[in-house]
Amino acid sequence: MLLRGMFHEASNAISANRLRTLLTMLGMVIGVGAVVLMISIGQGAQFAVKQSIDSIGSNLFIVMSGGATTGGVRTGMGNAPTLTLADAAAIRELPGIVAVAPLHMGAAQIVYGAQNWNTSVYGSTPDFHEVRSWPVASGVSFTDSDLRSASRVALIGQSVAENLFPNEDPVGKTLRIRQSPYQILGVLAAKGQSPDGQDQDDSVMIPITTAQRKLFGSPFPGTVRFVGVKAESAEAMPKLEADINALLAQRHRIREGQENDFTVKNLSDIVEIAVETTRVMSLLLGAIASISLIVGGIGIMNIMLVSVTERTREIGIRMAIGAREQDVLMQFLLEAILISAVGCLIGLVLGIGGAMAANMLAGVPVVISGGTVLIAFGVAAATGIFFGFYPARKAARLDPIEALRYQ
Amino acid sequence: MRDTLLCIRRLYKEYPTPAGAFPALKDVNLSIGAGEFVAIMGPSGSGKSTFMNILGCLDRPTSGVYEIKGQNVSVLSKDETARLRGDLLGFVFQGFNLLPRMSLEDNVALPLIYADVKKEERRSRARELLCKVGLQQYTHSRPNQISGGQQQRVAIARALVNRPRLLLADEPTGNLDTHTSEEIMTLFTGLNREGITIVLVTHEPDIARYAGRQVHFRDGAIVRDEPTQENSGRNDPEEAI
Repeated sequence: MLLRGMFHEASNAISANRLRTLLTMLGMVIGVGAVVLMISIGQGAQFAVKQSIDSIGSNLFIVMSGGATTGGVRTGMGNAPTLTLADAAAIRELPGIVAVAPLHMGAAQIVYGAQNWNTSVYGSTPDFHEVRSWPVASGVSFTDSDLRSASRVALIGQSVAENLFPNEDPVGKTLRIRQSPYQILGVLAAKGQSPDGQDQDDSVMIPITTAQRKLFGSPFPGTVRFVGVKAESAEAMPKLEADINALLAQRHRIREGQENDFTVKNLSDIVEIAVETTRVMSLLLGAIASISLIVGGIGIMNIMLVSVTERTREIGIRMAIGAREQDVLMQFLLEAILISAVGCLIGLVLGIGGAMAANMLAGVPVVISGGTVLIAFGVAAATGIFFGFYPARKAARLDPIEALRYQ
Repeated sequence: MRDTLLCIRRLYKEYPTPAGAFPALKDVNLSIGAGEFVAIMGPSGSGKSTFMNILGCLDRPTSGVYEIKGQNVSVLSKDETARLRGDLLGFVFQGFNLLPRMSLEDNVALPLIYADVKKEERRSRARELLCKVGLQQYTHSRPNQISGGQQQRVAIARALVNRPRLLLADEPTGNLDTHTSEEIMTLFTGLNREGITIVLVTHEPDIARYAGRQVHFRDGAIVRDEPTQENSGRNDPEEAI
């Protein structure tokens, strides 16, 4: 039997009972639509998490001075004044380290002209750009000589620039941080939100020496709260973590069995956990949506079985006039596949449309990938064949005499 | 002597029943020549339907030989018998058995789909045959829009579309009134004149009279096989055309 002829027969049979065909298709439409929508949203979430995590910088360690335990009272991390610039310099010497940025920060009121603004001020070194993957967008960064002389220079974030310098170029201007004048050397590139939702661009960066000696001061001069460490590669990280721990333990004269007064945090672990979490979530969404696809498939099978019973006599006639078993099988299989394929197509359009609508109306991040579309289509075809095969075989196996006698 | 088209020798058919095998056909021997018009007669349960199913390759005998054009049908596979039905046989049923969703043209062209005939040729042959049975103006009508007699004409056109050697008609006039029955039988007689072999099952002597030969079944066996008596009918089939 010619494929074209069979296709014609199948589409004829399907269009003979429009309402029933549409209702059967609806199962498929909802199934595929749900799968596409859910996977798009899941992948969108994954993408958003990954992006916001990437904004921290990759292959990162954060070394924090530990919470001091004094007389049974434990303070929070970063409070014990145990981490120093010298520690940071020593870590920099370890092989496999790309950049080290000690960090000392606080909040401060900043003033320019008639405007003032409260923001976070970070003291760090030029390595900061490398560690945080956060370059200067215009102007220049400060230099080692600025560090040595603890000069009053600053880099400002995009949000600060927008708030204090709405209509002018901030580079070269002088702003005041806690009354002292600082010259603006450059504006940092836009960074966006941190994973915990804070605006990272709402910040000012100054040399760490200036922060320690002139801005925030410290009862323990030379101490820093964090050190950001960027490793060469993700593979080198486990060994480097041990190396940093060993180095600092030695420098801080921590005895065997004694608790470290610092913590080395591998940010990649956090990244992995976050990515894994969203991956599992999108898998779960996909799995739930797949159930509706299976339900849709069962709907097709149900209708095809009814259709075979209804058309028993027709099958008998077809067999009498020369249809072979495989012709009947193919005809009914083709009908099932046609229903699921058209349903899938509509579901695809609705799913993608729904994802786009969710993105535009509710700001839900979505990723529509060719892979998703392909999977949905493959599943639909497989559903059509799988759930269509049993009824089709039932039709093909009919005894022509019985079928012709069927009322 | 005409060529033998069908040859049936020592044909048995048994149906399994809870009480043991029920013999539907017992030692049937029959030979039908090409171009013959044979009426198969007999009361209900005489085995004539079973015999027709076997003739039509829809059923297989329990034992015995059934040959069409010298080919033993019993040894053919299911697909091969399907092909045989499509190529050599045409069926006409009592209940017409047209597909209600299709136009008459599509109904007539249906067997050609399974014979891998191209669409243009399917259409032209279907039209040609609708023309032959006098229904050319109903090409695009549905079966439920025409009368029973017209439906049976369409069914005959469908049976003829693949140019069969043998036309099998199972009570073709059973659902028709006398007048329409005569029209249909006239059509059959004309087809037989053109050389198509026809085997027709009926229990009405008036209908059987159109055939040139009458074979009577009783209790699964042939009890009488004789040429139609020219003077026994109220109508000579030759005159009825």
